[in-house]
Amino acid sequence: MKTIHLDGHEIPFEDGQTVMDCALAADKPIAHLCHLPGYTPYGSCRLCTVKIDGRFSSACTQPAREGMQVESETEELKEMRLGILRMLFVEGNHYCPSCEKSGSCRLQHAAYNAGMLDPHYRPFYPKREMDASHPDILIDNDRCIFCALCVRASRDVDGKAVFDISGRGLATRLVVNSKSGLLVDTDISVEDKAVHVCPVGAILVKGRGFEVPIGMRLYD
Amino acid sequence: MIRLATCSLCGCFGCHMSFLDMDEKLFDLVEKVEFDRSPFTDIKSVGKCDIGLIEGGLCNEENVEVVKAFRENCGILVAVGACAINGGIPSMRNHFPLEACLAEAYLDGIGIDHPQIPSDPELPRLLDKVMPVHEAVKIDYFLPGCPPPAEAFEVLLEALLKGEEPQLPTNLIHYD
Repeated sequence: MKTIHLDGHEIPFEDGQTVMDCALAADKPIAHLCHLPGYTPYGSCRLCTVKIDGRFSSACTQPAREGMQVESETEELKEMRLGILRMLFVEGNHYCPSCEKSGSCRLQHAAYNAGMLDPHYRPFYPKREMDASHPDILIDNDRCIFCALCVRASRDVDGKAVFDISGRGLATRLVVNSKSGLLVDTDISVEDKAVHVCPVGAILVKGRGFEVPIGMRLYD
Repeated sequence: MIRLATCSLCGCFGCHMSFLDMDEKLFDLVEKVEFDRSPFTDIKSVGKCDIGLIEGGLCNEENVEVVKAFRENCGILVAVGACAINGGIPSMRNHFPLEACLAEAYLDGIGIDHPQIPSDPELPRLLDKVMPVHEAVKIDYFLPGCPPPAEAFEVLLEALLKGEEPQLPTNLIHYD
């Protein structure tokens, strides 16, 4: 059996698995946001950055190889992850107290686990438009972290290609594939996987806000 | 006695309510601390203190003045709650020009008699954007939450009163 070493633990892997795949299978999870098992690795959030044989690499995109020495829970990497999370928070508008996803949000959960008490940086308060055009689905761009899970779900699972990421750097935006640019003019439906993979509160099903009481939410 | 000052800037006093949720622990606390400026004492200016707790972000000139006075007078300054830490709900106005916010509240809103923008010289002028307190002064510790749970205040104050570094356990870290 082929193995890698993750923080001193020997972890088996099969050919074709990434470092993230085999870490998750061995119940030694590495913090991640843009990764979801079964989806094409994307490597955008960099939260799963680990040190492989002394070099930084994202665990979700790196194929496992026999004898790899992988460091994840080191002080250096934890500090880097905290920095990434802080930047993700200040780049968007994350008003947790008013967000329907609060308590079930993977960004928030990752930040709790990283011990993030403050954003450290100056918030950008970017101006982003909300798309409430669709009768059943809401896009709150304030909360988008550009993980592209909805892009991959719509393209690879739903077979519709409703979403894409457009622009670069600070101008990066989630865009909708319709002539008007509005969600109402696409063939998306509320059952689509793309509507349900968002790790934050950027894509929400309307009419279900605050359905789960505080204390019973996913990460409470 | 340890001297403790608190204030609510651009907040809702919810953090102060949560502080009071320490309930019977407050009896132990008042054995060790004396309150200086605080909504609990109604003292209006801050004197020399060991610890200052700031609730709320910065939305007007007076907020900036108060937080600077706290920094000058408090040995340890703690930003308490979502608004102090990242602007919180009030910073949702940052999406709109200040003129538009004032117009909505005082000129064009529903049910407004005698529409006028308040201009009394005693009113502090609003800042263009709501900002977290760490944009104006150095903050030593942060207590997140909207509001932070009473247990988080306990953990913070217990450590600070002993002269130790506060270590908030993961289950007490909340942003909502």
